[in-house]
Amino acid sequence: MNAITSAAPARFAAPSRPRALASRARDIAVLARRNLVHIAREPLQLSDVTVQPVLFTLLFVYVFGAGVVLPGGGSYTSFAIAGLLALNLTTSSMGTAVGLSTDLGSGVIDRFRTLAMWRPAVLVGRTLADFLTAAICSGFVAATGLLVGWRPEGGVLSTLAGFGVFLLFSYALSWGCGCLGMISKGPESAQSIGLVIMFPLAIVSNALVPTQHMPALLRTIADWNPVSAVTAAARELFHNPNPSANIHVWPMQHPVLASLLWSLALIAVFAPTATWLYRRRTTD
Amino acid sequence: MTHSMTETPALMIDAHGLRKSFGSTVALDGIDLEVPCGSILGVLGPNGAGKTTAVRILTTLTIPDAGSAHVAGHDVVREAAAVQRNIGVTAQDATLDEILTGRENLTMIGRLSGLPRTQANDRTSTLLAQFDLTDAADRLLKEYSGGMRRRLDLAAGLVTRPPVLFLDEPTTGLDPTSRARMWEVIRELVADGVTLLLTTQYLDEADELADRIVVIDHGRVIANGTAAELKAQTPGARLEVTLSEPRADAPAALAPFVAGPVHVSHDGRRLRAPVRGTSGLATTVVRALDQAAITVDDVELHQPSLDDVFFALTGHPTGEQVAGGERGTGSPTGDERAVGVAGQRGSSSSIGADGAGGPAGQRRAGLAEGGGSDDRPAGDEGAGDQGAGGQARPTGRDTQQQAPDLEVARL
Repeated sequence: MNAITSAAPARFAAPSRPRALASRARDIAVLARRNLVHIAREPLQLSDVTVQPVLFTLLFVYVFGAGVVLPGGGSYTSFAIAGLLALNLTTSSMGTAVGLSTDLGSGVIDRFRTLAMWRPAVLVGRTLADFLTAAICSGFVAATGLLVGWRPEGGVLSTLAGFGVFLLFSYALSWGCGCLGMISKGPESAQSIGLVIMFPLAIVSNALVPTQHMPALLRTIADWNPVSAVTAAARELFHNPNPSANIHVWPMQHPVLASLLWSLALIAVFAPTATWLYRRRTTD
Repeated sequence: MTHSMTETPALMIDAHGLRKSFGSTVALDGIDLEVPCGSILGVLGPNGAGKTTAVRILTTLTIPDAGSAHVAGHDVVREAAAVQRNIGVTAQDATLDEILTGRENLTMIGRLSGLPRTQANDRTSTLLAQFDLTDAADRLLKEYSGGMRRRLDLAAGLVTRPPVLFLDEPTTGLDPTSRARMWEVIRELVADGVTLLLTTQYLDEADELADRIVVIDHGRVIANGTAAELKAQTPGARLEVTLSEPRADAPAALAPFVAGPVHVSHDGRRLRAPVRGTSGLATTVVRALDQAAITVDDVELHQPSLDDVFFALTGHPTGEQVAGGERGTGSPTGDERAVGVAGQRGSSSSIGADGAGGPAGQRRAGLAEGGGSDDRPAGDEGAGDQGAGGQARPTGRDTQQQAPDLEVARL
């Protein structure tokens, strides 16, 4: 083995960090990249954002599409894609919880904590990676949708705004899932608790079926569910069939505004909570 | 070093009165540690002694309940970021990313430590080469062997060329070859002038690598000094003189220089006695015997091994390392085990009430019987005792050593 010339050249040579913002951005980027590499190398996680969206889209369009009649008419395929975006993004946000929980259970967070880096970068990098993952996942849903006949008809900007609404909501959810990751005992429990929360959240909404035919209680929940607001907003922006427009509840009447408020409110609550939980979890 | 006091503190690690409890468990019960710039402190103790907690406090991972600690001149609590810029850490548990390659891990650490991309890449390549990991550089960490992991973990601590390094049990669980390799790496680092705090359960490791050794047990420092000082402070050093022919006046001639009764072998030629200090003793003894016109064939001074020291200090054996069978057979202290000092050790460490009969005595005898073979389980006490009595223990020694004539250093 060669001589180790590690320490001699520079005493106290660790870089000073004059530009806090730039170095924070770099810490975030480095960790986001790490998490994306993880997803790319873990077949299960990778399939969650590639195979699953395609599969869900095909299954729902062809199975549900055969039986669901939309109030006010319109094709189920045109109706369903926004809902499938909501379903996929909601369930895939659990990746934040699982990934963070895995990191916390390993020694890698301790390693990060002994480095002169920006501590919240662990969380911000994680949510940023999940934001990019969500974008990829949306791409698969949209591409599959286009193949089976879905068309956004509101123009480019309006269509992009529709995706933007989803991605913002997905980002907000990943902060919530980050909290979940930190209070759960391990990746498995994060996964199962996440499923128990996220699955009903996605299903009891207008995402896959119109809420008009639901029992009264479920319908009320569904109409106030943030997933419904986001889905309705996207349908409006995509100019796709949106039966919820006829429901006289504030979020359904102002879906875009409602979805933005929901997303910002979730971020406002969960980002500080996650940061606090992270500090608590990593202080002893 | 005094001239550079303003830039480089004389004590790179300076901790006082560190206390830490987890719930009702006291991990650290007031620990002082001082490591001068460029030296190596070995922190020796069994599992649960508080070694890792001490390292976690010094590396900003854990906040002490009481006491203060400065690393590279910075307070570990109030100036954590400044401390982090000056330290490299190799923790006991794997702290690298399993799903990244060795190269990606090191580069990531470099980037997160603030190195520009090219510098992080260059540093990574250099370290991979230095640690013989170039061939494995682009394999995922989960495919690495234990020894490779440890080397990469150590390399990870060196990415920023930190002046202070913490190695928490760097060789625990390694096979003898990997362990020897790790020692080699650590020695090279040390030659380079880095300040190092090394925790270990292995006495020979502390003996080999550390300038000074702190022995901790139950969260307290129970001994502190160089390996030689610790050995000298501890009962177990003994003198053996072989005469050319038996001489009845020989024991009396030796008496002024020894710390206990002189035992004479059956043939009258071999004399043994415990001694306190060993410095210059051989010369003194030979001279004295020569003046008494006694001809000497051989003079041997047997230093206690750190195993003996540790046992004497803590009153319990370093069970894991021997029982685990992981120690290298080339242990430098392996063949130096004090044979037959069971009674002395047992009584002075206040375990065995009458020394020879206590569990301590049995355990020592077991080790003595094992001789240079470290693979023998320490728990195999009964057999060891018998074996020692049959072949290794000097006859009559146990009964002669009635009083703990040497005080154990309890600091």
